[in-house]
Amino acid sequence: MRQISVTVNGTRHEADVEPRQLLVYFLREQLGLTGTNVGCDTTSCGSCTVLVEGKSVKSCTMLAVQADGREITTIEGMARNGELHPLQKAFHEHHGLQCGYCTPGMIMAADSLIRESRNLTEESVRFGLEGNLCRCTGYQNIVKAVLAAAEETRSADAAAPAK
Amino acid sequence: MAQVADRYVGAEVRRKEDPELITGEARYTDDISVPGMLCMHVVRSPFAHARVTSIDVSKALAMEGVFAAFSGQDLAGDWAGPMLMAWPVTEDINNPPHWPLTKDTARYQGDGVAVVVAESRAVAADAAEAVEVDYEPLDAVVDMEAALKEGTPLVHAEIGTNKCFTWTLTNGDIDAVFARAPVKVKERYRIQRQIPNAIEPRSVLADPTPSTGEFTLWTSSQIPHIVKVGMAITTGIPESKLRIIAPRVGGGFGSKLQVYPEEALALALAKRLRRPIKWTETRSENYLATHHGRDQIQEIELAADGNGKILGYRDRILVNMGAYLMIITPGTPLLGAFVFCGPYGGEAYHIEFTGVFTTTVPTDAYRGAGRPEAAYAMERSIDALARQVGRDPVEIRRMNFIPAFTEPTPSPGGLTLDSGNYESTLDRALELVGYEQLRKEQQARRDSGDIKQLGIGFSTYLEMCGLAPSRVLSSLRYAAGGWDAASIRVLPTGKVTMAIGTTPHGQSHETTFAQIAADDLGVPFEDIEVVFGDTELAPWGMDTYGSRSLAVGGVAVHRAAQKIVEKARKIAAHELEVSEEDLDYEDGKFMVKGAPDKAKTIPELAFSAWTAHDLPDGIEPGLNALAVYDPQNFVFPYGAHICAVEVDTETGGVDVLRYVAVDDVGTIINPQIVDGQVVGGVIQGIAEALFEEATYDENGQLLTSSMTNYLVPAAPDVPEVIVGRHVTPSTTNELGVKGVGETGTIASPPAVVNAVVDALSHLGVTDIERPMTPERVWRTIRQAKGGASK
Repeated sequence: MRQISVTVNGTRHEADVEPRQLLVYFLREQLGLTGTNVGCDTTSCGSCTVLVEGKSVKSCTMLAVQADGREITTIEGMARNGELHPLQKAFHEHHGLQCGYCTPGMIMAADSLIRESRNLTEESVRFGLEGNLCRCTGYQNIVKAVLAAAEETRSADAAAPAK
Repeated sequence: MAQVADRYVGAEVRRKEDPELITGEARYTDDISVPGMLCMHVVRSPFAHARVTSIDVSKALAMEGVFAAFSGQDLAGDWAGPMLMAWPVTEDINNPPHWPLTKDTARYQGDGVAVVVAESRAVAADAAEAVEVDYEPLDAVVDMEAALKEGTPLVHAEIGTNKCFTWTLTNGDIDAVFARAPVKVKERYRIQRQIPNAIEPRSVLADPTPSTGEFTLWTSSQIPHIVKVGMAITTGIPESKLRIIAPRVGGGFGSKLQVYPEEALALALAKRLRRPIKWTETRSENYLATHHGRDQIQEIELAADGNGKILGYRDRILVNMGAYLMIITPGTPLLGAFVFCGPYGGEAYHIEFTGVFTTTVPTDAYRGAGRPEAAYAMERSIDALARQVGRDPVEIRRMNFIPAFTEPTPSPGGLTLDSGNYESTLDRALELVGYEQLRKEQQARRDSGDIKQLGIGFSTYLEMCGLAPSRVLSSLRYAAGGWDAASIRVLPTGKVTMAIGTTPHGQSHETTFAQIAADDLGVPFEDIEVVFGDTELAPWGMDTYGSRSLAVGGVAVHRAAQKIVEKARKIAAHELEVSEEDLDYEDGKFMVKGAPDKAKTIPELAFSAWTAHDLPDGIEPGLNALAVYDPQNFVFPYGAHICAVEVDTETGGVDVLRYVAVDDVGTIINPQIVDGQVVGGVIQGIAEALFEEATYDENGQLLTSSMTNYLVPAAPDVPEVIVGRHVTPSTTNELGVKGVGETGTIASPPAVVNAVVDALSHLGVTDIERPMTPERVWRTIRQAKGGASK
């Protein structure tokens, strides 16, 4: 067992983990954060995507011990003070989900994409999300939702007072 | 609620399902834990075919954290019967028993031979590695045609053949029609095996109450109600002691329309060990443990007159069953048996299916189940007919369509179609795709010898769904009914709880069904809670498959709401001191004719029904109703899909440039949801045409063994789909609804293949095997150009 200290959705956790424990199972089974899903065992599907220090990471491909000292955000940490994140709202508005299983990972990957890229287009969203598989939607409404959320985020940033 | 002309039906109401799914609050089966829970791991045969000579679990048992380990023989006495197979399609079908763990012989790579139970998922996996199994390898049987030849190794030696059944359907004098027809077309198509790939892997949690003998089984299933029956049969646990819950389910596409060995194993071990047992498959395990789909070899013949008008259809089809018959393995092709003629007319029709055992994962329903295969045969062969008689693919379709109708009309397949205007969907699709312009561009590229050639492909499909009239199912030897149910309770405060018998896993039943009930009862959509997927809370139902939920379960909702209204009317008449005939009903309100301010609302009447202080004589307290609806016919969605592709003649790469889907699924309850189903299905079908295939080597080893080499497409791999809606209300039910869940995968594969063939037709190409990988397309081009194909 190794002791790690991680901050997840703003809360600090000290925990003992097996060195082989994957981050996703640490989140799901030790912290009870079951919103992050597991869809494959080959880093193919992206259902388990979370943010580590703000960047999207497939949590099935990172050991819990590697997260020691890091800050992690999962789908449970996206809504703030009862207000849904723009991506959550956009997925709802544009019917960007059906069974919902890929959705948490898709939202986390999209969040990272929006913050890393300017002027997203339909094509760049599609390529930006190529590590996340959805079997239900055919991606069309996911792309719409991400573009809408990107637009909302841009408008909100523009409207925010300069620091 | 006052917008959209005061009606929810037809409005793009946002989904009730979403809030918990977008926040991570939703609970899928693997998200559920109960105290004392142990984890199960199944030891699977690495061989496609092998005698299991001995199994030693002692090393596994000696490991720390391991609670139990059993071989198939150890558990042989735990079963009251083999796994449920519900569709013996012929009287003489060979149906060898399928046990949750094999007792002596592994018949496919992945067949379960032993099971381990430990304190955690990781320890169970480690312990499974420590189980020592001695195998005596036997010859694998992978190829269906070879499997039927004399001297081929037998998958089930005791039945003496690899043939499972032969089922035929004949309408009209097929031989006479073929004898006199001046034009005949004969085609051979291979419908490759698919792996469904619902993104949520299957998961099972069995929780016993040893003192009462009761069990709760959470399972990632499309069919909890049928699982309950299946588990009672296999485990011997009384059905009354079983509660099956399918909580949030992450997609199914038919792969969770199944009663699985792991469900029975988890229950049997929970019973033995008196502890909750959980099992969740990995994705790679899913490829070996969850059923596959499709896998047919088709020989298709059309007989036509000199103009290309079709007279007869004669199809001979081999269907790969895999190693065992699962719940509807042999029945799956029959779901397409009646629509091999598409929306076209004709005089005679003959279908012959032969089911074949091989040492591969069992096949069963996969989105469309039998109908994609039928639509593929028809939509490819009609293009072959067009080529033979020198007609355009649009022209050949127009001249063969059954003319528009609004009253039930017979089809050559022997069914009575509900409503249709086939030509109208084609007209709309041609307009949306810009057909004239595409043909011009195609010609320009041909003329200039462009490396990238353009092709246009059509699919004017017809399908049947809304399973199904129970009497028809009986005549097809299916063992269960096709009805469905809804139970509505208007609570004392006017809120509504509705229990439905269909089991959603992405299709938006909660939203769609609440829209229907909200209109019928005149209550706000937000006030309706939909309960599903739990055999205690929603005990009546036949679950979700075959695009049946709305066309059967949705109609049950409407009928239950009508019963509520009729009961409420009696109470309203009593309270308002008028006769029932003197009341008008609108938007949840009963008004006295001529005095509309004398009125009672459904919520007010629900409170009266609850207090029961002043009910009319003979009226039971409570405003509740259960409706069970058994349809009298199927429903028949149809449409026109047009695909434009660009084929790189140097690399064989195929790019879908434009895809138009005009589908008629009857009355639309929620357009946004319907479009979502269409697009998702079309993309899944495009993937079937271009990317996806489960392949085995000659030893029965699955080569596409993980998500890294089975190509589920990602966003950049697929096009945008242009959706055109078209509505002819179904005459089968009073809502006018059909089904939409499967249209996309039924329609799109032939549209894409026809488009690629069209792009290369000037080279003499008439067929390309699917999936049309760049390599296959490239080889086809090389062959057509007369070059070596190597």
